[in-house]
This record gives sequence, structure tokens and C-alpha cells, in this order.
Amino acid sequence: MKPPAVVLTAPGTNRQGDAAFALEQAGAAPVCLDLLDLPERRAELEKARLVVIAGGFSYGDALGSGRIFALEAERLLGDLLAQKVAAGTPVLGICNGFQMLVRAGLLPGALQPNACGHFECRWVVLQPSSQHCVWTRGLAEPLQCPVAHGEGRYSCRPETLARLRAEDCVAFRYEAEGYPQNPNGSIDAIAGLCDATGLILGMMPHPENHVTARQGRAIVSEPGHHSALPLFACGVAHARQT
Amino acid sequence: MIDVAKVIKPAGPHRDRALTRQARLLGFPEVSITASEIFFLRGDTDAASLRQLVPLLIDDAPGPKAQLDGGEQTSAEPDHLTIEVARRAGVTDRVAVQLSESAARHGLRIEAATGTRFEITGAPALPEKELRVLVHNLLCNPVIETWSFGAVTPGFAHGAVEDSSTVEIVPLRGLGEAELAGVNASRALALDPEEMAAVAAWFAAAGRDPTDAELETIAQTWSDHCSHKTFGARIETAEGEITPLLRQLRETTKEIAAPFVISAFDGNAGIVAFADGLRLAVKAETHNHPSAIEPFGGANTGVGGVIRDILAAPARPVALTDILCFGPRDLDRRELPEGVLHPAVIEEGVVEGVADYGNKMGIPTVAGAVLYDAGYTANPLVFCGCVGEVMAGYDKLTGPQPGDRIVVVGGATGRDGIRGATFSSMTMDATTGEVAGASVQIGDPIIERLVTDLLIDLLDRPDPLVHALTDCGAGGLSSAVGELGESTGVAVDLTAVDRKYPGLLPWEVWLSEAQERMVLAVAPDQTEAVLARARHLGLSACDIGKFTGDRRLFVRHGEKTVVDLPMEFLHRGRPQRNLVAILPSPDRRPDPQIRAADATKTLLALLAHPNIASKEAIIRRYDHEVLGATVVRPMAGARQVGPSDGTVIAPPQRPSGFALGIGVNARYGLLDPERMAWAVVDEALRNVTAAGADPAQVALLDNFSWGDPRRPETLGDLAATVRGCCQAARLYGAPFVSGKDSLNNEYVASDGQRRSIPPTLVITALAHMPQADRAIGTALRGSGNVLILTGCTAREFGGSHFDLVTSHEGGTVPAPDPSAPERYRRIHQLMNEGLVAAAHDVSEGGLAVTLAEMVIGGHLGIDARLDDADECTALFAESLGRIVLEARAEDTPQILEALGREAAIIGRVVSDYELRIATPGGTNTWSGHDLERAWRGAAS
Repeated sequence: MKPPAVVLTAPGTNRQGDAAFALEQAGAAPVCLDLLDLPERRAELEKARLVVIAGGFSYGDALGSGRIFALEAERLLGDLLAQKVAAGTPVLGICNGFQMLVRAGLLPGALQPNACGHFECRWVVLQPSSQHCVWTRGLAEPLQCPVAHGEGRYSCRPETLARLRAEDCVAFRYEAEGYPQNPNGSIDAIAGLCDATGLILGMMPHPENHVTARQGRAIVSEPGHHSALPLFACGVAHARQT
Repeated sequence: MIDVAKVIKPAGPHRDRALTRQARLLGFPEVSITASEIFFLRGDTDAASLRQLVPLLIDDAPGPKAQLDGGEQTSAEPDHLTIEVARRAGVTDRVAVQLSESAARHGLRIEAATGTRFEITGAPALPEKELRVLVHNLLCNPVIETWSFGAVTPGFAHGAVEDSSTVEIVPLRGLGEAELAGVNASRALALDPEEMAAVAAWFAAAGRDPTDAELETIAQTWSDHCSHKTFGARIETAEGEITPLLRQLRETTKEIAAPFVISAFDGNAGIVAFADGLRLAVKAETHNHPSAIEPFGGANTGVGGVIRDILAAPARPVALTDILCFGPRDLDRRELPEGVLHPAVIEEGVVEGVADYGNKMGIPTVAGAVLYDAGYTANPLVFCGCVGEVMAGYDKLTGPQPGDRIVVVGGATGRDGIRGATFSSMTMDATTGEVAGASVQIGDPIIERLVTDLLIDLLDRPDPLVHALTDCGAGGLSSAVGELGESTGVAVDLTAVDRKYPGLLPWEVWLSEAQERMVLAVAPDQTEAVLARARHLGLSACDIGKFTGDRRLFVRHGEKTVVDLPMEFLHRGRPQRNLVAILPSPDRRPDPQIRAADATKTLLALLAHPNIASKEAIIRRYDHEVLGATVVRPMAGARQVGPSDGTVIAPPQRPSGFALGIGVNARYGLLDPERMAWAVVDEALRNVTAAGADPAQVALLDNFSWGDPRRPETLGDLAATVRGCCQAARLYGAPFVSGKDSLNNEYVASDGQRRSIPPTLVITALAHMPQADRAIGTALRGSGNVLILTGCTAREFGGSHFDLVTSHEGGTVPAPDPSAPERYRRIHQLMNEGLVAAAHDVSEGGLAVTLAEMVIGGHLGIDARLDDADECTALFAESLGRIVLEARAEDTPQILEALGREAAIIGRVVSDYELRIATPGGTNTWSGHDLERAWRGAAS
């Protein structure tokens, strides 16, 4: 049976279709669920075995990227997301979803305006670097996929960075420290990180936009390689086990 | 009760650095600027509650802390200025709306407004005039903001409350020609004298005078913007009367009779269905005048507007295009005409405006062009296009039925964007920015995103809940309701229209161009359901009246009649325009022999010319990946640094897709408008062909930005261009399915001097891409491969970029190539068979530029030999119909056989990163790094 997945959105989210497609390709059965449809559809979230918080500009990013999304999710869901994680459900926040997870305090640090000073869209190479994170455990080769954001420069206190490294929570690094490989100037070239449980992954790049060979054909060095589908497959495989 | 609290939050080092950098760009090297955001709050709450609100909604971790009542204190340092800026009341302000909505969810009833504080050092020594240049270009746009030294007064939306039911009667009866002209000018109606006379005559016969709203409704409906009166005009030339321009285009489409055209020149967008049966809606619009005075908002709402055209088709938007024309980025600010923003400032605002709307809507911006010319300094051009997949309910749209309700959904109505259609149909002058403030709006893409979701819900189903729909664009409800109800008649009550704030006059509600609104015709028994679905998404939704069947436009405000006109008069009462055109007679004698130029330097200069150089700095600010369907991207090659020709879009679920190509070349238009039309049609076709699309399945859009057509020479250029368009379309078998004209793109300086833009035609090609997996890029693929030049080269340097970078001048504009269509079809066949590895067309700058771009894109080299004795022509001529193909050596014979004499091997791909071109005159070699540095400028 395909594990049920929820793609969580808020008004202004725009990559839910891409995320749902990636989940389908990876063998899950996704539905999109907007905060506006709560509390009526809460049960669907409760029974989901996989949650993806999709990218976009929730609430127009007015007052800060992901901030209102986080506040509204807390108001409407209480600590349901934390409960689900406690029960073993993998959660992936992509781009605005990552910003939301950070604002909600489910991941540490902050996502600040890109060092280049503006929105930036380009393909990047991601080096998976965590055996602790359920989404990246066992990923063999680097992934290639686009970034598309204005506020993705990951920053945190030195002690947080030390802990992230020590606990194997840095899930992805960009292939190099400098621009443009590290397109936003993130500290330690961090592109994605997971929480202490290894279940919550937040990342700025868009793995959901490279899950077919055609999407990456003009970019990747070896045809058919470096797809981000294995990332979703890891999440789905974990969801199947739990 | 809090009167007005003021929260100040530093905007952060990024904003400060950007401002200081831009000040330097404008020629103020000594100035440095620090910015803070201001949040004005007032309402039924106390200071303690506000103090809780600030960390919740305004403070940023780990950023600098916000300060409540962070004070009126200004620094007393001598070399220091404080300027505060606030948005004008009624201008869209997403942050303020979000702040009060979020506060309400946390139990606080407050109103919010926003502003910015700038601390400036290094400026006080500036003379006042210079300071004003700095402020108006960088800190505050008076069109949408107010500013002051020290504390500014916030623009709370609910600030202005006036009498809201006054309907003014405008006396016209008994007025003479001169007095009618006075009414026309003072009310900015932008009507022709004959049209004013027709209006006066109609009301005289009706035995009454018009209301303010009636006059405005007629002016908007009869504007060039809404009714295309120039394109429908009777045109007299020395050779006799010519067929009206729009009819020429329509007849061309009819003659071509392409099986894939579903709907052309009808409704909001053209609709096609290529071989895969998928129906696509396509449209391009211009938003020139608003972008001149408020670049961000103008471009922003230009994108929003064309997306709504596609939504109204109804279709689900999947791709955006933008073609931008600016004055020179390095223009000395002392040469700026009065009241005109600096081109670099306009460019920054326009690009940000396009990016903001497309990125937030989640629609990839994938194709476009950017041109720089001094002719665009006072009047930049912003063309925005959109493609959508037609929704399932399209076949079931019945049109409005008598008894149907008129439902308005989306944003609420405010005093924004009033008189946009007439404004865009007028010539601008130094005071335009000041007086046209109300004509410019700021968009709210999140609302439009929700409108999109709503329309998909209502219409992307076999049983749509809507009978007909259109968008609110220029002219607001007056145009939208007037057009939708043309064949039935309507009765509207303006008191039912959702308002952003009280105090709007009836005519303002009727004419407001508040963004993100759609008008729907809904059966009475479905109305509640439609309203409920819209409100569930948090959208404004109101039932403002019904479609009647009496063919009258009847609008009231409560008991008061605001408009009462027969549809017949409104839509067919305008006298046909009579215009005179002097057709151009361009010099088409063969070009004289060109003295040899330094080829090495010339190529580097061409690559560095802003029109040819990399547009990466702009392209990267647009999300071109969202929806996961982008196959050929605007940047080519594995390093993503080369330029693409066409772009290809194909949803990952489907084998087929479409390609987009753009043709534009205003320099040709200055010399030979008819050949310009041929050239840009060919360029658009060339682009999609090079990307692997089927050149036999292409639909075209025509977008004209021109000067004042009442000048016979200007109209003559336009008529010659349309003739060229029609001839070219017939030859290529590519029908026009939609188009738009933006005329009167002129600026009258305070010295009375008129500046018109260069005649600018933009052709968009939408082509079928049968096998998206066969899409082809421009970057070199493999060393050892062979390069083949297809098409013929001739000595044609008129309007060339070679002229721009050398002292050479004159010659003819490249001639049409009648053999191109057949050749493109053969090339497509070869591509379908998998025989072509890469392809890049030859356009501005000629073959040398094409080869250099292939080298840069692929990070490989080329060793080429050109046997033409005329080196300049071989390297730099811009002859039409040429595409360079890269192929494996073993496939070359088959390609040459298929293309015959119109193809020749010109070289090989080599692994060294360099371009070497041998000609009978000698060999030139450029290192790839030099080429890249010239072409990419600071980016490389």
C-alpha cells in the first residue's frame, strides 16, 4: 500500500503540485492540505505517514518569510506536527516550508536574505552529508536541483553549528563555499539540516523539481544521474517501515 | 486606545548596501544611506498589548530589534539628513494588511500602515535640485508615496472619508467645439474631437447631459487601449485607402487556415490546440506608461494583468515572458529629461516588479529580451506575456444569460488606478508622474494566486459553475461589465461592490482599476456557492447586479442613477477614426563594400554591447523552474551561462510540450519597418526551430509599441510593419492569434520637444514541441562534432549591431529569406531523427557572436573556416534565416543531403576553450575566457 502523505500549504504556497508529483513518483499517495481547510480536514493530517511543507510565498512573506505560516500552523494545529514527529513521521520542509519550520522553532537557526542581495534561481549541486537524517541516509551520489529564493542564507550561532555538526544534522551542503555554488552565502555551505530525531528535514533547494530525467537533462553531467528522487524514496521507505 | 504608535526596525545591511550602491550608480559617490522599516499602528488597544505584538509579528531573530515608538528623535549631526517616506492612503500594502489581519487573530484590533526611514550622510551639501533627484529616484516615488524631512504622516487606508454618493452632471449641451475640447482636456478623456462631437450629439438627442461616470465610461471604452481605434481606423495613403490594420491581421490568419487555431483575436487571449490536443491560451500585453512613472508597480501589475487575461480564457497559467526596453544604463543624470526617472532606476524597479509577481504566483518566467536605446529613456517599454492550459470547462461556457448574476471576486475596490486606459492612450510630459498618481497600482500576487485557485475550482471541471468571465483591467468594472454584458445588457448597484475603505465616489468605484479582480456571470442558483467558495479562500466576493436582456448599461448607486446608456451606442457609437499615413520608402540599394574592421576587437565589443551581453543578472531573479516543466531554460549548457534561443516547457507527466520564441529589433524599425517585421517574425520562428519545436505548428502574437499615430509618418511606419507581418505570417504559415497595440509612446519635454520611441514590434512564437525529450540547446556538446551553417549570408548592415560598435553606418536592413520556412521544416525533421546535437540561431552581431555564444555555453572550442572573401560580412552580417547546427561527424552527410546548397560545414568542435575563425584574410583567435569576460561582464 502506498503510504498516505500530506503536502501542507498556506495561502501563497505555490510548489505543492511539484511536491505532490515527486511524492507520487516515489511511491506515496499525496494529498494537498491548506491551512484554510482546517480544522475540517485535520484527520487527513493525523493519518498521514509523511508530511511535506511545500515552497512558495505563504501570506506573501509579508512580515518575514514563513513567519505567518508558522504562527497560523501553531494556532490551527497546536503541536500536531511535533506529535507526529514524536510518533516517527518524516517531515520535509522545502524552501518556504524550511523557513516555516525555522520560524516555528522545529529547526534551529535563521534564514536571512541572500548574500547576493536578491532572489536567485539556478541549479546547484547538493552533497548529502548526514547518515542520521532519514531523508538522506544512504544517498549515494550528489543531487542536482534548482534553488529559487530570496531568503535562504542559513545562519546560526557558533554553538548551534557545532552541535549540528556533532550530531550529524547537516543533511546537505552546497558543493563549494563561494558564490554561485553556494547561491545564498549560507554558513558552512549548509543547504539543508535535520532535527535531533533525524525525521525533520528542512532545505532551501527544490528536490521536487528534479525527479525525472528530462527535468535535469540539460544540466547534469551524466545522463539520468543526480536526480533528487532518491531523497523522496528514502522518506517513503521510512514511512513504510513505521 | 492607541492614537498612532510607530515601530522602527532596521532594514538590515543588505538593504543599506544596495541603496548606497544605487546612489553611486546615479552619480552620488559621497552618499551613504541607512534604512529602517516603519510600522504605524493605531486602534482599540493599549501600549502593553502592542509590546507583545512587536516580538510576535515584527521583530526578526536574529536580526536587529524593532523599537516601539522608536521615536521622532533625529540625529543632530551636521552631515546627516533624516527622510521618512510613507505609502499614500489607498495604495495596496500587503504588509499592512497582513499585520492587521494577524493582529486580529491574536485578539488585537489595529489598523496598520507602513513607511521607511532613511538616514543619509554625505548629502546635505547637495543643492536642492540634486537632492530631489536622489530622493525621487531612490527613496520615494511620489506617485505612490509621500515624504518629508523628519517624521512623515502615515497613510492609513481609512483616512480619507468624503461624500460618497455624489453623481456630477457634466453640461455638454450647447457647447462649441472649443469648449468641448476644454472638457476633453480638463477631464483627461483623451478622445478625438470627432468623438467628443459624437458624444455631445448623442446626449443632445437624448435631451440630457451626461453624468461624470457616463463620460468616463465612454472615454475608457473608446480609448485606443480598449477599442483599438487606430488599428480599426480608415487609413488614407498616397496609394489610396488601405485595409484597416486589424482586419489585415485577421484576414491573414483566416487565409492561413491553420487547423490548430481554436480562437483568434476574440476574447482575452488566443487559443490553439496543437497535435497533442492540449489547448493553450496565449496573450501578451504592454504596461509602458505606468512603468515609466512607477517602475515596480507598473511592471508588477503588467504581469498581473496578462495573467488575468489568461485566467479569463479560462486557462491555468504555466509560463510568463517579458520583453523590456530601457534607456542606456550609464546615462549621465544631468541629461535626464525633467520628471523622468533614471534608466537604471527604471530597470531595477521593472525587473523587481516582474520577478515579484511571477515568483509569488508560482509561474515560471522563461522567455524574453532586453533592449537598450536612448529612445526609451523617457518611455520604457514593458511587454508581459503569458501562456496557459485551457481549463476543462471552456466548452461549456455559454456566455452571460439574461437573469445571470454579476459576481466580482478577488481583491476589494479602492481608489487605485483610476483612468488607466485613457492615461495609457495619452502622451506623457514632465508632470505626468505627479498628476497620474491615481493611474498606477501596486499588485498583490498572493490575491491573484488565490483567484487562480478559485477559478480552477469553478471552471476546470466538465460542469463549470460560471457561464462567462472576464478580468478587470483598464477601465475597471466599466470595461469588464460593459464588455461582458454587451449582448445582453446589465443592471448594477454600486453599493454592493466590496470596498477597501469608505469614501469612494460612485464613478470612482465604477472606474477603479484595483487589481486582482474578475467579473463572473453566474446562474442565480449557483451564486451562493460561488460566493462561498471565494470567501472560503479569504477573497472578496460580491453580487453587484444582473445581466438583463434589455441591452442597456444601467448602473445605480442605491436610488441614484449613475450610468444609463444603450450598449449599442457604447460599443458601436464611436465614429471610425480617419487617419492619414505616409508610407516609408526605405533605402534598399545594395550595401557598399565595407572596409575591413579589426575582427578581434569587434567581436569582443559586440559581445559586451548591452543588447547582446548576458542577461543573467536579470534572468536569475526570475523563478524559471517552478512547476517542474522547464526543459530548455533561458540559460544554456551544464554551467548555465550561455544564452538560449527558444525555451521549452513540457509538464513532466506528458511527452509533448511547447516552445516560446521572441523576435524584436527596433533598430531595423527605424530604417525599414516592413523588413523589421519580416526579420522579427523570422527571429521568433528561428528561435523555436532551433530549440527543436515544429516550425509548421506555430502561432504568433503581435505587440506594437509605437508613437502618436496621428502623425502620418508614424502611422506609415506602422502600416508598413503590419504589411510585413502579414506577408511573413503567410510565408511561414504561422497565424496571428492575438495581439495588442500600445500607441502614443511619446514624451513632451518641458522645452516642448517631443521624443518618440523607436517603432518597436515584438513577435512571440508559440510552437508545438512534439517530443520534449528531443529538445535542443545552444551550448556545444562534444569535441569532434561538426558545425554546419544553414541559410545564406549577404552584405546587409543596415541597423546592424556591427554599426553600433564600429564607425560603419548605413546599408540595407536584411532582406526576407523566402526559402527559410522549408529549410526550418527540414531542420526539424533532422532534429526529430536525433541527428542534431546543438543549434543556435544567428541574430544580432552575426555569425561570430553565434559561435562565441556556443563556445561560452558549452565550455568547449570551435575551429572554423569561412571561405567568404568579405570577412566582415561572413562574421558580422545579420542576414535572416540562419541557424548553426552541431552534429556528429557520421551524421553530417545525411544533414547536408537534406539541406542541399543551403548548408555548409564551417568547422569543428574542439576541446580547447577557444574560438578560432580562419578567413581568406587571415585567422582570428579568441580565448574562451576573453569571450566570456566580454559577454558576461562582471558576472564572469
